[in-house]
Amino acid sequence: MDNLLQQLLNGVTWGSIYALIALGYTMVYGVLRLINFAHGEVYMIGAMSGFYVARALGLGSEPSVGGLVLVLGASMVICGLLGATIERVAYRPLRSAGRLAPLITAIGVSLFLQNAGQLVFGADPKFFPQLLRSREVFRAGQVAVSNIQLTVLVTALLLMGALEFIVQRTRFGRAMRAVAYDAPAAALMGVPVDRVISGTFVLGSMLAAAAGILVGLSNPKIEPLMGLMPGLKAFVAAVLGGIGSVPGAMIGGLLLGVIETLVTGYLSSTYRDAIAFVILVLILLYRPTGLFGAPQTEKV
Amino acid sequence: MKAGRWLPLAGALLALAGLHWLAPLFLNAYYVTILARIGIAIVAAVSLQLVNGFTGQFSIGHAGFMALGAYASAAFSVYWGAGILDSLGDGPLARVLYFPFPLVCGGLVAAAAGLVVAVPALRLRGDYLAIATLGAGEIIRIAILNVDAVGGARGFSLASSSYPAVDLRFDSLAGVYGVAALTILAIARLLYSGGGLAFRAVREDETAAESLGIATTRVKVEAFLVASFFAGVAGALFAHSEGYIHTNSFSFVRSFELVAFVVLGGLGSLSGAVIAAATLTAAPELLRGLGEWRMVLYAMLLIATMILRPQGLLGQRELWPIGRKHGAPRSS
Repeated sequence: MDNLLQQLLNGVTWGSIYALIALGYTMVYGVLRLINFAHGEVYMIGAMSGFYVARALGLGSEPSVGGLVLVLGASMVICGLLGATIERVAYRPLRSAGRLAPLITAIGVSLFLQNAGQLVFGADPKFFPQLLRSREVFRAGQVAVSNIQLTVLVTALLLMGALEFIVQRTRFGRAMRAVAYDAPAAALMGVPVDRVISGTFVLGSMLAAAAGILVGLSNPKIEPLMGLMPGLKAFVAAVLGGIGSVPGAMIGGLLLGVIETLVTGYLSSTYRDAIAFVILVLILLYRPTGLFGAPQTEKV
Repeated sequence: MKAGRWLPLAGALLALAGLHWLAPLFLNAYYVTILARIGIAIVAAVSLQLVNGFTGQFSIGHAGFMALGAYASAAFSVYWGAGILDSLGDGPLARVLYFPFPLVCGGLVAAAAGLVVAVPALRLRGDYLAIATLGAGEIIRIAILNVDAVGGARGFSLASSSYPAVDLRFDSLAGVYGVAALTILAIARLLYSGGGLAFRAVREDETAAESLGIATTRVKVEAFLVASFFAGVAGALFAHSEGYIHTNSFSFVRSFELVAFVVLGGLGSLSGAVIAAATLTAAPELLRGLGEWRMVLYAMLLIATMILRPQGLLGQRELWPIGRKHGAPRSS
């Protein structure tokens, strides 16, 4: 029982990271109907820029909450700019070219960031500086909660809350929902569609950056290809929740994290990667719009 | 039969013979490997073009079927093939007679898996279908990774432990390009025959095609089945020309690469897929002089080409009227 609780806790922690990345996929899909395959690489750049910022400021030697916030903020700004640049360079010129051409440029950007990453950062793994000294916060029975797990969970929840606020309560959020609902109509109503799309990329990339930093805290080995698998899994999480749905991505991410951890804990770790795709195929066959997606009717 | 119809066949055989005898004289092993990889990429790209470009169903899990073909054919060769080849005498003629077996075996296994994936998955449309094929491809890869009889995470070598003297590798470029030519011909005949219009009708408008009496589900499954068969053949060629395979070669990254071939070549153009597959396979090698920068430049080229020519190199045109009967209507 205690073991199960511990596994659940680990799963929720890992799942909240998936959820942060999945949000970027789902928001971009919402406004652009594009699967942004370069999103996993933005998460990698988030972790990498956190590493360099922390090193430049010498934060690794003295763990502190202030340092963590600083690194988190810097990395989110860097990735926000990166997201806007990617959209401007690789997707905007293809806005009228159908849906497959941007998919290929997305793959191109992903390849570019991986290889440029290997060139600039080096292909060998780096060790993320210890921004928080790991210690146990409390223990109930055999279940131990570390301050790192707590930080990951609280940060992720705060960011998701902030996002929910932006999407539901601000002018920008309303514009974003309008573009997702019907872009041409939104443009007719005076919504600056291009700027909204750009802003969506900035938001999504900032969340991916945060995910990168949080992963660096709990799992310090980072390298230029680290975005590949988590990126794809987060995408599965977005589909699980219903692609295009913001709460769906959050729940989908948490669920996927918990399921993966349980499979690793109770079955076998070699099937850990497969389970995500089995879930993907099952959900697509039985409920293609995901847990929270609205069903679409096809008009002739 | 007119003499004119035999001319291309004779020319093709002559070219293959030339490739077989002359290539080893003028090219070192490195170039032969690259040329073989290009031939294999062509087989895979042309087969994917049938599904993605002509039937309008978007699959991004093609590498999974290549993996099945590669592993099935390699297992065939390692467990039975070495014995068969040994008893055939291991001469040049024996090799020519033997190699169709693993290739067809790989193709059939991949086609069977293609059927299993296609029947439920093709109910889905657009992005959802694409995502499902991506998932299916990864499931296949991870499943193979967990089968110890084909090496699991160690990879799988064609060297057979019971017949160590028998070389199972496919050493002739003529074989690879012969198979590539047959693949192009088969798919072109399928597409540009009268019945081939059904594929394009489904691509243009599924509902309209159905209302005209086209069994759209059957057409889609057929396209998927044929494409996965040839993907399996491509995998089998890969296994037998490299001599060692690992599931890492068949990840979704490989599937994406194949999708890039068909989109960049032009969705709906077989010759476009051939050109894109050849160019993009050769490009990282041609750029080798740039050292570490080559893959960065390759990615930039991919993005730039797509932005400059979003419809792909050839759009829906063909460079030559392959597979069309004389007088058959041209599609444009």
